[in-house]
Amino acid sequence: MESDYVLQMDGVSKEYSGNRVLKNVSLSVKRGEIHALMGENGAGKSTLMNILFGMPVIHNTGGFEGSILLDGCPATISNPQEAMQAGIGMVHQEFMLIPGFTVTENIKVGRELTKPTFFSRIFGKSLETLDFGTMKQDARRALDTVGLGIEEHVRIAGLPVGYMQFIEIAREIDKTGIRLLVFDEPTAVLTESEAARLLAAMRDIAAQGIAIIFITHRLDEVMTVSDSVTILRDGELVTRMPTADTNVHQIAELMVGRKIGGQLTAAEERRQTREGIALKLRDLCVDMPGEALEGVDLDIREGEIFGVGGLAGQGKLGIPNGIMGLYPATGSVELFGEALDFDKLGDALQKGVAFVSEDRRGVGLLLEDSVRLNIIFTAMQINNQFLKGNMLDTREANHHAQEMVKNLDIRCTSIHQVVGDLSGGNQQKVCVARALATNPRLLFVSEPTRGIDIGAKRLVLDLLRRINEEQGMTIVMVSSELVELRSICDRIAIVSDGQVSAIMSPTDSDVNFGLAMSGIRVGAGGPAEELGGEQA
Amino acid sequence: MDNVGKKRFSPGAWISANKVTALFIVLCVGAFFASKQSMAFLLGELFTRIGRNTFLVLSLIIPVVCGLGLNFGIVIGAMAAQIGVFAISVFEMSGFGSMVVCLLVATPLAVLFGYGTGKLFNNMKGSEMIGGMVLRYCADGFYQLLFLFIFGGVIKIDNIRLMIAGTSGVKNTIDLIDSIKYVVDELPLLNVLLVVLVGTALWQVVVLAGALRGKQQALVRKTLVNLVGCGAIFACTYIPYLEKMLITTKWSLLDAVEVIVYVGSAALVVAELYGKALLERAFELKKLGARIAGLVVVYLLTYIPSVEKLLRSVKVPVFTFCLIALLCVFNQAIFKTRLGQNMRTVGQSMAVASSSGINVDRTRIIAIILSTVLACWGQLISLQNIGTLQTYGAHDTVGQFAIAALLVGGASVHRANNRQALLGVVLFHTLFILSPSAGKELFGNAAIGEYFRVFIAYGVIALSLAMHAWKGKSAPKIRLTTPPATPGEGTPSEGNGAVPEPA
Amino acid sequence: MSDGLIKRIGWPRIIISAVLVMLILTAMLTGMDWVSLINDMVRRWGQYGILVLAMVPGIQCGIGLNFGVSLGIVGGLLGGLISMELTGQYGLWMSMTPAGRAWMMLLTALVAGIAISTLIGIGYGFLLNNVKGSEMTVSTYVGFSAIAFMNIMWLILPFKNGEIMLPLGGSGLRQTITLEFSFGSVLNNFLMLKIPLAGKVLTIPTGLLLFFFLVCFIVWLFFRSKPGMTMTAAGSNGAFARANGINVNKTRILGTTISTILGGVGIITYAQSYGFLQLYNAPMMMGFTCVASVLIGGATIRRAGVSNVVAGTLMFQGLLALGLPVANNIIPVSSLSEVSRLIISNGIILYALSKSGGRSRG
Repeated sequence: MESDYVLQMDGVSKEYSGNRVLKNVSLSVKRGEIHALMGENGAGKSTLMNILFGMPVIHNTGGFEGSILLDGCPATISNPQEAMQAGIGMVHQEFMLIPGFTVTENIKVGRELTKPTFFSRIFGKSLETLDFGTMKQDARRALDTVGLGIEEHVRIAGLPVGYMQFIEIAREIDKTGIRLLVFDEPTAVLTESEAARLLAAMRDIAAQGIAIIFITHRLDEVMTVSDSVTILRDGELVTRMPTADTNVHQIAELMVGRKIGGQLTAAEERRQTREGIALKLRDLCVDMPGEALEGVDLDIREGEIFGVGGLAGQGKLGIPNGIMGLYPATGSVELFGEALDFDKLGDALQKGVAFVSEDRRGVGLLLEDSVRLNIIFTAMQINNQFLKGNMLDTREANHHAQEMVKNLDIRCTSIHQVVGDLSGGNQQKVCVARALATNPRLLFVSEPTRGIDIGAKRLVLDLLRRINEEQGMTIVMVSSELVELRSICDRIAIVSDGQVSAIMSPTDSDVNFGLAMSGIRVGAGGPAEELGGEQA
Repeated sequence: MDNVGKKRFSPGAWISANKVTALFIVLCVGAFFASKQSMAFLLGELFTRIGRNTFLVLSLIIPVVCGLGLNFGIVIGAMAAQIGVFAISVFEMSGFGSMVVCLLVATPLAVLFGYGTGKLFNNMKGSEMIGGMVLRYCADGFYQLLFLFIFGGVIKIDNIRLMIAGTSGVKNTIDLIDSIKYVVDELPLLNVLLVVLVGTALWQVVVLAGALRGKQQALVRKTLVNLVGCGAIFACTYIPYLEKMLITTKWSLLDAVEVIVYVGSAALVVAELYGKALLERAFELKKLGARIAGLVVVYLLTYIPSVEKLLRSVKVPVFTFCLIALLCVFNQAIFKTRLGQNMRTVGQSMAVASSSGINVDRTRIIAIILSTVLACWGQLISLQNIGTLQTYGAHDTVGQFAIAALLVGGASVHRANNRQALLGVVLFHTLFILSPSAGKELFGNAAIGEYFRVFIAYGVIALSLAMHAWKGKSAPKIRLTTPPATPGEGTPSEGNGAVPEPA
Repeated sequence: MSDGLIKRIGWPRIIISAVLVMLILTAMLTGMDWVSLINDMVRRWGQYGILVLAMVPGIQCGIGLNFGVSLGIVGGLLGGLISMELTGQYGLWMSMTPAGRAWMMLLTALVAGIAISTLIGIGYGFLLNNVKGSEMTVSTYVGFSAIAFMNIMWLILPFKNGEIMLPLGGSGLRQTITLEFSFGSVLNNFLMLKIPLAGKVLTIPTGLLLFFFLVCFIVWLFFRSKPGMTMTAAGSNGAFARANGINVNKTRILGTTISTILGGVGIITYAQSYGFLQLYNAPMMMGFTCVASVLIGGATIRRAGVSNVVAGTLMFQGLLALGLPVANNIIPVSSLSEVSRLIISNGIILYALSKSGGRSRG
C-alpha cells in the first residue's frame, strides 16, 4: 500500500501513572516535507517523540494507545534500535558525538563497515577489520549532503559548536534507508548565520525526499522553512495546517491559548503593593548551563507576586539560581536597597531571601533525612534557630515542624519520616516550609508545580497566594506554566534567549504572550524592536 | 585545518606532558650512577624482567581503552594460571606438553573469572577500580581457601612434594624445574615457524581448492602467491646462518641486533618489490636507502669493543620476546576491528555507544575477559621463567607492579598504549633492580632501597590516580569557557572557508 | 510494628546475631572454653571500635569509605613513639609511680597522635577535595603509599630509645614494639571486672569499653550539633548545601580531619589493648577491616551512624573471635582466620559497592 505520508500517528494517547499527557493526538508527515511540531513545554511534544522512537520510558509505564503507520504500513516500534532500522533518525539537542574520534568515526559509530579477515572467519563478525577507505567515502558523501566542507579525518574535539550539529545530521543521513529525521531544537545552540545555514541544509535534505519533523519554538524559523505545522497544547492536538495558511500571530495564539474549563482563574484585581523596591537587577548575567541569563534588568516591588515565565532553556531559571549563588553570576543585585555580594556564599540567604528550587530532589531536599530536619535546616543554618548553644534543640524543632506540617497540610506519618518517601506535592510543601521557617522577606519559588499532581498544584498555588496576602511577603515565582503564572501573579516577565522580552500583565492577550515566549519583543520590556519581516 | 599537520617532537612539550615518565628517567639515571652497578649487570637483570613482566603489563591496555580504568583484577588471571600450574604439578607432567595442558586448564578458568569480574564491574560502573582492588583481596581469600583447605582437605591429594605433611594445604613453594621451567623461553623458533608455515600452507590449499571450484581468478592468484611465499620462507630456513639462529633459543643481544639488521633489510627490500609488483606502488628508492642505511649504522655501532662485549654478555629468550611482540601487534590489531572500535566507543562515552546500538555491558565484559586471559598467559610466561611457584605469594604483587609500570610509562586511567607499556617496564624495573644497591651506597642501608621501590610502586599509582581525578575535575570548567568562542557575529566557520554557503 | 523493627535492623544483622548465638551454643556444647572466647570478643570490640568509628565522619562528610584511614593510623603510631621516646630517652613522667606514668604516657601519646593526625588530616582533606568523585580509589592508594613511605621513615627517623629501636646496632625501629613497660593495657585494666562464670573467669575490660563508648558519645553529640548537621547535609547533597550557604569543601575537610584523628586515637587504643605497637606493613590493610566492620553494621557508602559502628564492630569481631576457634574445633586447620577475614571483609565491601551502583565515589 503506497501512501503520500511517510509517517502517520493516529489517535495517540499516553498516560503516566494516571496523568494523561497525550489525548488522541495525531501527527502526519509527507515525503520530502518539513513539518514543524510546536507547543509549550509540557504540551506533549517529547512524549510523542518518545513514542515514535520506542523509548523504554514509554514501555516501562504501560505503553500507549493509538497507531503508527510508516509509509502506510502499520508499524510497531518497541525500542530505539527498531526505530533506527525503520529509517527514523533523531538529531539531538545535546550532541551525541565523541570528541576523541574523527568525523568519520563519529558518523559511522556503531555502524562501522568491515572487511572479513582470517580471524573473523573463525571467531565471528566482530573481529572483522574496519574498512576505513569506504567509511571515509560514505562520510564524505553525507557531509556533502549537509553542505559541510570539513575534512572527514579531523577530530571532533575543538571544532566549533555549529560544525557538531552538522556532523550529527550527517550521521543520521548516512544511515541507510533514512526516511524521517527529527530535529529537536537544532538551532538553540547555533549562531544566527549557522542557524540560517542549517535551515538551508534542512531544505536540501527534504528535497531528497526525506521527511523532517522540526521541533522548535522559534516562530520565524517555522515560517521560513516549514511546509506545514502541527500545534499541540496540554497534550491535545490543536490543529494541523499548511504554514502558508497561517502567520506568526495565529501560531502564537494557538500555542498559548487558555485551558478549556481551567480551574485556575486570573488574578482578578491588582492588589495594592507597597512602594519600596524589593529586588533590583541590573545587567544580571548567570552562567547556568542550559539556562544562561545574559543581561537582565528588573525591578520587583515589595509585596507583589512577580512571575517569571518563558520556555525551558531560555534562561528564566538563571535568575533565582544566580541570585542564590548556585551558579556564577555578574551584574548588580540589590535586595531591599542592599547590594548583594556574589563572592560571599549564602549572602542572599543572610539578606532575607529564601529559595524553593526547581530541582526539588537534587537541590531542594535532603531525601534521606527526616521531614523535621528538612524543615528546620535553613533556619538553623542561617538564623541559628532551633539551637541550644550549638546543639539541636529537639523540643523547639519538633514543635515548629509539627506546626508546619499542620499549617501546610503536609501528609506524612510523622515529622521523623524520611522525606524521600513522601509524594511530590508533599515534598514541595516541605520545601516551602523550609523556606518559610527562615521568615524571609523575599521568596523565590521555582517551578513550584513541576511533577506534582493537579490537586496538589492547586494547594501549592493557594498557599503561595495566602502567604503573600497574610504576611505581605514578596514572592517571585518562576514557572514554565504560563496559566499558573497568570492565575496568581501581579506582573509577569517573559525570558527568552537569556533576556527579558516583555513584562506583561496577567490579563494580556494570548497572542502577546505567545510572541513574547518566542523571543519577539512586545510592549515595554527591553528595546522594543519588533518582528523582523516574517509576519504574513 | 592545522590538525592535519604532523606534530613535531619537542622535548619541552614532551616532558610537561609526561612528568611522571621524565621523573623516572632522571631517577633511573641517578640510581644507576649511585648504585655503582655495571651496565652488564643491569642489562642482564633488566632483560630477564622484561621477559617476565611485559606480557602482564600489556594485558592492561584493553580495559583502559574500553573505559574500565586500570584493571586491578588481572591478579585473578594470574591466580587462574597458578591453578593450572598446580594441576600439572599434581599429575607430575613435564615438558612442553605440560605447558599445553596448563593452558587448557587455566584459560577456561580465566575466561570464567573474567566473565564474573566483568559482570561485577557492570554493577559498579564508575567504581571499577576500587572494586577491582577490593575484588583482588577477596579473590585472594578464595584462592587461599582453595589451596589451604580444599586441596588436601576436601580433595585428597597424595603428593608429598606438593602437600604440607600432616595437614591439609599446599606447600609454600612448588618446584617447576621438572615441569614447565623454561619451556617457553627455550622453545626453538624453528619449530614454531614450521608449525605456522605448515598451518598456513594447509589453509591456503583449502582456500585454493574452494577458489578453483568457484573459478575465482583473483583469489586463485592470491593463494598461489601466498603458497609460494610460504615455500620461500621455508627455503630460507635452510640458509645456514638463519637455521643456526632459529635453532638457538637464547640469543645474545648482539645476535638479536644482527638478525634484526639482516632480516630487516631483506624484508624492506622484499616489501618494496612486492609493493611494486603487485600493488603497483611507486618505487621509493630514497626512503628504502635511508632505512637500510639506518640499520647499517646500528650494525656498525656493535663493532665498538665495549658495546660488543656488553651485547654479547646479555642473553634473551627469543620465543618469549616474540610472544611479547605478538601481543603488541594484537593490541594494535584489535582496535582496528569492529569489536575494538566498539570498545573505544564505550570507553569514550557509554551514552553514545548505547544510543548507537552497541551492547555496552557485553563489550565491557569482553574487554575484561580478554585482559584476564592475557594476564593468565602472562603469569604462565613469568612462572616458567622463574621456575618455582610461590603458591601464596606469586600473584601478590602482579597487578600492583604491572599497573605501576604502565603508569610510569606515561599511561593514565584513560589512555594507554604499547609504547607506554614497554617504556614503563624498562624504567620501572631499572629502578627496581638498582634501588637496593643505590640505597646501600647512599644510606648504607639496603633496606631503605627495598622500601623505596615498594613506595615507588604504590606512590606512582596514587599519584596518577590523583592526577587523573584532578584533571577530570577541571575538565567541565574548560567546557564552560568554550561557548563564548562562537558568539554573535563571530562565525569562525566562515573564517577558514571550510563550510561553503549552501545554495 | 515488628515489621518496621526488622526493617530498621536489617536481615543481615539479624542473621549474623543468630549465627553468633549459635556459635556460642556450639562452643558450650562441644566443651570449648567458651568464656575465654567471649572475653576475646569483648576485648576485640573495644580494641577495634574507635578505628571503625573513624569511618563515620568520612562517610557523613561525603568522601565515602575512608580506605585512607591508615594516614591517621600513621599519626597515631607516631604519637605512641613520641610518647615512648619522651619517657624513655628524656625522662618525662619518670618521677611518677609506674601506674601514673602509664596513664600519662597514654595521654601524651594521644595528644601527640591527635596533633599529628590533625595536620595530616587537613592536608588529606585538601587532596580529597581536589579528586571529588574518585575519593575511594585515590584514598586507598594514598593510604598504601603512606604506609610504604613510613616504612622508609621508620628506618631513618631519629628515635633513640632502645625500647623501640632495633637491637644490636641495627638501624631503624622495631617491627613490633612491646608496650608492656609503658602504656600497654592501661585502659583494659582500668576497673576491669572479673566475673566467675562456669568455672572460668569472664573479664570485662571496663576502661577500654568506657573509653570507646565515650568517644562514640562525643561523635554522636557532634552529629547533633550545628556543624555536625551541616556536615551531614553537605555530605549527602552538595547542591542542597550550597543552596543553604554551606561551604562544602570546608565541611569535607573537617570530616576528613575528624576521621583521621579518630584513626590516630583508634590505633593507640588498639595498640594499648593489643600490647604492641606494630610498624611497617602491619597497618596496611586495617582500613579494609574498618570499612567492612561499619558496612556489616548496616552503614552504606553514603550514610553511617555511631550505632552502625557499635553493632558492626561487635558482629565482625565476634565472627572472627568466635567463628574461627569453633570452626577450627570442628575442622582442625590452621590459618583459617586470615582467609575468612579476607573473604568476609572484602566480600562485604564488594557487595556494598555493587549495591550503590554508579552513585558511589570510586
